[in-house]
Amino acid sequence: MNPFSSGTRLRDMIRAIRACKTASEERAVVRKECAAIRTSINENDQDYMHRNLAKLMFIHMLGYPTHFGQMECLKLIASPGFPEKRIGYLGLMLLLDERQEVLMLVTNSLKQDLNHTNQYIVGLALCALGNICSAEMARDLAPEVERLLQFRDPNIRKKASLCSIRIIRKVPDLAEIFINPAIALLREKHHGVLITAVQLCTDLCKISTEALEHIRKKCTDGLVRTLRDLANSPYSPEYDIAGITDPFLHIRLLKLLRVLGEGDAGASDSMNDILAQVATKTESNKVAGNAILYECVQTIMSVEDNGGLRVLAINILGRFLSNRDNNIRYVALNMLMKAVTVDAQAVQRHRATILECVKDSDASIQKRALELVYVLVNETNVKPLAKELIDYLKVSDHDFRGDLTAKICSIVAKFSPEKIWYIDQMLKVLSEAGNFVKDEVWHALIVVISNASELHGYTVRALYRAFQMSTEQEILVRVTVWCIGEYGDMLVNNVGMLDIEDPITVTESDAVDVLEIAIKRHASDLTTKAMALVALLKLSSRFPSCSERIREIIVPFKGNFVLELQQRSIEFNSIIAKHQNIKSVLVERMPVLDEATFVGRRDGSLPGAASTAPAPSVSLPNGVAKPVAPLIDLLDLSSDDAPAPSSSGGNLLHDLLGVDLSPASQQSGAGQTSNSAADVLLDLLSIGSPSPPSASSTVDILSSNTSNKAPVSPLNDLSPLSLSSRATSNAGASPMMDVLDGFSPGPPTENNGPVHPSITAFESSYLRLTFDFSKQPGNPQTTIIHATFMNLSSDTYTDFVFQAAVPKFLQLQLDPASSNILPAAGNGSIVQILKVTNSQHGKKSLVMRIRIAYKINGKDTLEEGQINNFPRGL
Amino acid sequence: MGIRFVLMVNKQGQTRLAQYYEYLTLEERRALEGEIVRKCLARNENQCSFVEHRNYKIVYRRYASLFFLVGVDDDENELAILEFIHLLVETMDRHFGNVCELDIMFHLEKAHFMLEEMVMNGCIVETSKSNILAPIQLMDKTS
Repeated sequence: MNPFSSGTRLRDMIRAIRACKTASEERAVVRKECAAIRTSINENDQDYMHRNLAKLMFIHMLGYPTHFGQMECLKLIASPGFPEKRIGYLGLMLLLDERQEVLMLVTNSLKQDLNHTNQYIVGLALCALGNICSAEMARDLAPEVERLLQFRDPNIRKKASLCSIRIIRKVPDLAEIFINPAIALLREKHHGVLITAVQLCTDLCKISTEALEHIRKKCTDGLVRTLRDLANSPYSPEYDIAGITDPFLHIRLLKLLRVLGEGDAGASDSMNDILAQVATKTESNKVAGNAILYECVQTIMSVEDNGGLRVLAINILGRFLSNRDNNIRYVALNMLMKAVTVDAQAVQRHRATILECVKDSDASIQKRALELVYVLVNETNVKPLAKELIDYLKVSDHDFRGDLTAKICSIVAKFSPEKIWYIDQMLKVLSEAGNFVKDEVWHALIVVISNASELHGYTVRALYRAFQMSTEQEILVRVTVWCIGEYGDMLVNNVGMLDIEDPITVTESDAVDVLEIAIKRHASDLTTKAMALVALLKLSSRFPSCSERIREIIVPFKGNFVLELQQRSIEFNSIIAKHQNIKSVLVERMPVLDEATFVGRRDGSLPGAASTAPAPSVSLPNGVAKPVAPLIDLLDLSSDDAPAPSSSGGNLLHDLLGVDLSPASQQSGAGQTSNSAADVLLDLLSIGSPSPPSASSTVDILSSNTSNKAPVSPLNDLSPLSLSSRATSNAGASPMMDVLDGFSPGPPTENNGPVHPSITAFESSYLRLTFDFSKQPGNPQTTIIHATFMNLSSDTYTDFVFQAAVPKFLQLQLDPASSNILPAAGNGSIVQILKVTNSQHGKKSLVMRIRIAYKINGKDTLEEGQINNFPRGL
Repeated sequence: MGIRFVLMVNKQGQTRLAQYYEYLTLEERRALEGEIVRKCLARNENQCSFVEHRNYKIVYRRYASLFFLVGVDDDENELAILEFIHLLVETMDRHFGNVCELDIMFHLEKAHFMLEEMVMNGCIVETSKSNILAPIQLMDKTS
């Protein structure tokens, strides 16, 4: 006989499953068994229905899908016999849930069974309804349940009572009809009925304030009496647990009293005596007794103030806390957490014990205790507590370190009495558990360090020492690298020595050593390496003697696979090698970081949100109206071809260091800083947020005047010491121009007016557009632009049309072009004259969007672009 | 709601009984059971019987090779649940006579019936062992 036919007994199936050695074997057995059950269902095999469902329950428990058995449940429920119904209802509760539509079909069966003459069947239906009832069913069947609350058999009453809880949770409007029957049930003696009635009342009180008032007025005294009788009841074997009669009922009663006493002095008053009695008389050497005490303490803490009782409760907790049983200590910690809001002073008294619990070997207790310590910390006790926690950090369990570190950092940041203490503690945390420190935490640390000018020297020396001890903690390395980059000279010269410090001798090359270790360390991630590169550049200026060595460290990164590092190293190498005269200005110390801005950024209020403004339709000055990207887009020059600029919350670092590690995002936030020399640095370093990888990336970025794609924007906005070639107009900054354009073929300035150089405004694969500028004497606002178009391809362009659009502060006038045919291979050009009047002359630079349309061999071609590289001062 | 689920798991981490009082999909159940079992079974006897996991608090107790795990709300009395587990085991003991893993496996539906008499919709219904077992014994007699 096939062992998997529907004839197999449940027992045999379980044996077969247990005999499986691997998960796949088990799956195979279950699959065969399910197939057999499905066949049996299809054949409508009445005899095996019961057995099939039992098997399905087992299969379901193992975590396999059993939806095909759902209809089977319904059939069993509808059958007349008790055993079938019983297993049917069980299947219903296990295999189905309230979200399935099948459930709608069962409402009718339930209704019939609720009215059945056999009370056991009524009980089954109530139980099922209590477990899976949906809102619709609740509405349909509420009257039946309400009627059953007065049924003669207490076993039905108790089930109806719990069923009512489900109903009022699903449909709170129905609460009203249950209030009076529930109150009537509270007078019962049967424990099952009583415990369910108490729970029903508790739920009613939570759902409706009306019920709460009503029950408080009518039942408080009765409940107090019930609890007293229960507490004083003689031994009753049926409900006795460790010498206490029905602790579960005790607990439920105490819970309900808590709800009634909360916020009501009268009710609280009437339960004082019984609470005191329970708190003092209950045996505390068994779990059951402690469970009652625990509940009682919770009630005392919640009801209206009674000094004496509170003292009693806190004492009980103190006793719990020193108990050797971990379970008891756990609940004590849990309870103290709730007591903190009521009586923080009393909880503070147990601080030492709680601190010991943080060091417990049990993760659950550690966690509770740590949370409790966290709320207990205040300005007066932060120093000893933080010391304890940090000391413990050294020996704590690996799994616990993350939590502990986060809490310590938070405590230290919140309550630090002075900056030096904060820095000290953070350095300790970084040395012990730097790898667990979150980004925003160490960013905040850098902001604080930056603001504590008198501590710069101290901090960098302390970090140097810590670094010498260990380089295992990534974040420690990062902060050290940053500080040495900024304050390396203070490290070497022992500037700002505090009395508490030991003198230390660090040579310039020692400082460079640190950075070299950091950058060559295998564990260092991209951010750390990028930070080290920037720091090296800074040191090359601070320590001229080490300049050559630093260059040697930087050079190998020219071949790095990571674009960011490669690009930086090329830029920095060029700066070190060729531009000694401006280097010191470039790498000046960063301005003090604004704490308020940092906090604001953390909260997510960022500049740059404006770029989501709706797109207005701009009428082009040359007569063509077309929808133009939002003005902001036009002006936000960096965003031309890149995805929408996103400087997300918390990337202060990126702005600080200009190390943008996400190649897809460009920064728009850099423009908010004030216009000081140091900002040049900021902008210089953030210039190269990698442009979309389409174009010839590196060269493109560096030779900003050959393409309008280069993201030079932040510079243009701010600095007189701009990097792009148009800055040649600014005599003072002229050396800057060369910084990067060693790569670029920058067209010679050939126009007569020496004031403004020509630019290559647009260049695509075969089309080049150059602008020459001139000014009319006495009219500085107006610029005359000679646009020259060159066709480098081998095909002649016909029907050549050039269009341009400018933002509102500009006025543009386009003169007719010299021709509409552009000869091939550079054999001639089209010249067109543009007149631009800048109403914001001296404040804003020119900017322009262009569109060039032409035909190659009769085929339409369209090119668009944006010109950002106009010289300043036009 | 109080009790959110009751699980019985053997030493190897195989589920032997699972009763949920709230809706979870099959995948969620499997994942949850796996996580909880891994967490609880790794603990030693000196550690406390409470584990916090996701938004549940799990109260567990070990009887020979069988673990009883009860997931409860945050405001439930953990010690009472511990006592409840003991009551459940005693009830099963009275019925099966020194209950073991196999009793529960082979009489899964009976174990469920007992639990059903004790807990409904996450609340405790009955705490008297003879009241709990009365309907089950009645059924045994008739069949």
